[in-house]
Order: sequence, then structure tokens, then C-alpha cells
Amino acid sequence: MIDRRHIGHQLPPFQVEVEKGRLRFFAKATGQTEPVYIDESAARDAGHPGLPVPPTFLFCLEMESPNPAAIRELLGMDYRSLLHGEQGFSYHAMAYAGDTLTFRQHIEDIYDKKNGALEFVVRKTRVSNQRDELVAELRCVTVVRNQ
Amino acid sequence: MTTAKLPDWNSLQPGDALPPLELPPISRLDLALYCGASGDHNPIHVDIDFARSAGMPDVFAHGMLSAAWLARLVTNWVPQAAIRSLDVRFAALTQVGERIRCTGTVDEKFEHEGRRSVRLKIATANASGGIKLSGEALVAWP
Repeated sequence: MIDRRHIGHQLPPFQVEVEKGRLRFFAKATGQTEPVYIDESAARDAGHPGLPVPPTFLFCLEMESPNPAAIRELLGMDYRSLLHGEQGFSYHAMAYAGDTLTFRQHIEDIYDKKNGALEFVVRKTRVSNQRDELVAELRCVTVVRNQ
Repeated sequence: MTTAKLPDWNSLQPGDALPPLELPPISRLDLALYCGASGDHNPIHVDIDFARSAGMPDVFAHGMLSAAWLARLVTNWVPQAAIRSLDVRFAALTQVGERIRCTGTVDEKFEHEGRRSVRLKIATANASGGIKLSGEALVAWP
């Protein structure tokens, strides 16, 4: 069982710069052909200062953490037994190519079901931009399948 | 295509469907591209040897690839800035070769903090209707 004393644990904040080439690659990989997401002039015509960060790409930027395995290592979770159970996003401001985003992660909860056969780790992340404006809050639920 | 304009909130009714988003059958190339573009390098999605060592018969799609398609479903309907929240649950694995269809319906229409809003039910399903992801999105008019 995962030690419940890690509930509330905060990870070191980190910053990620949003690169427009990455956004275009993400558009390609997700079948996105809307010009607003790939063409800077189309984005500006639509009133954006640059290419927008699409709704779920914040989760990808979160993986740019200096140590994406930090929580797995802290909690001693085996990669092979993990499943992504839920993912949520609350949006407060748009983010754009060229922004520098700060990610502040913490472990919100750890609980189990089916007499411990399944454990759940809830991570929450606050994302703010270079003007210290709140961009989004992310909620990630990881499921651990204990054999 | 053009950038989505907000639909007329007054004319929306619970049960109204968003135009569905249909994807071609998922290929291994799709998973390789998403691996690189997303930064999710978990080998279980691209390396069949690793997937088998984890007890899976084959690689399977990233849940967040389907979540990105659900986000496209919503941003095809309203400008992204109108989306207040997006929440998904990963109900079943999405397999290579499956043809995924994203759907959304207006579940509830209400005013929240003075803003006209709708709650959407969203889901992805394979060709036989098996639900893979389900969730909801909250959209608010300015």
C-alpha cells in the first residue's frame, strides 16, 4: 500500500516555455487542421497574440518537468501497474506560444478500493503564466493495480 | 474550416448534439507521432515488447490522444476561450485499428455567476459503440 503520509506533498515548481513548433507537432499528431492552431497569422486574425495552447496540451507541458517520474519514485509505484484513470482541467486564462508557464504540483489524495486491489493517487497542478496569472488547474488520477 | 463562433445560447436545448468528430482507424504511426508530440514516452503505447512484458497483448492508444480529440470536438463547436473546464474518465483501453467517434450533447443549460453556460456530456466510442472515454465540459458565454 502507498504510504498515505504523502498526501499534501508538494513537488518543486518548474517552468516550461511554450514552443510554437511543439504546438504545430501536437496539432499534426491530433489531426487538428484548424488554421488558428497552426498558422500564426490566422491566430492573430482570430484575436490571439500567438498560437494558442490547445485544451489538453497543458498535460503534455506538465510532462516537461525536470523529473516526470518524481511522484512514481516518491510513492514507489511500478510503471507497469499504472493506468491513467481520470484527467481534468479548469481553465482561467488562455496560454500561447512564447509564454513561460510555471507548474506547481501536489498530491491531493491517495485512496484505495476493492480492499486495496486498486489504489488511486490524485495529483493537482496549478499553472500560471509569466505575469503570475492563473492559467489552469489540472487534476490527474492515476490508478495502481496491485496484484 | 473557420474558427468556431459561439452558438446562440437561447436556442440551445438539453439533448442537442454537437457535430460528431470521426477519426480514421488508429495506426501505430498515430501512436508514435502522439508519443513524440505529447512528450508522453511511456513505452507501453509504442513498444510491443514492453507492452507484452506488462501483460498486454499489444500496444494501445494514449488516453490523452482521445482526450485531445474530445477537446477538438468542443473547440470545433465554440472558441476555446469559452471552455471553463474539461474532465474525462478513461473507461476502457483504445486499441490499434479502432475507429473512434467523438460525440457531445448539451446536458444542462444554466446561468453561473451571471454567465450563460452549458454543461456538455462528451464521450468517445469505437465502431460497435463501446465507450472508451466519457466526461463533461463546461462552456460559458462571455
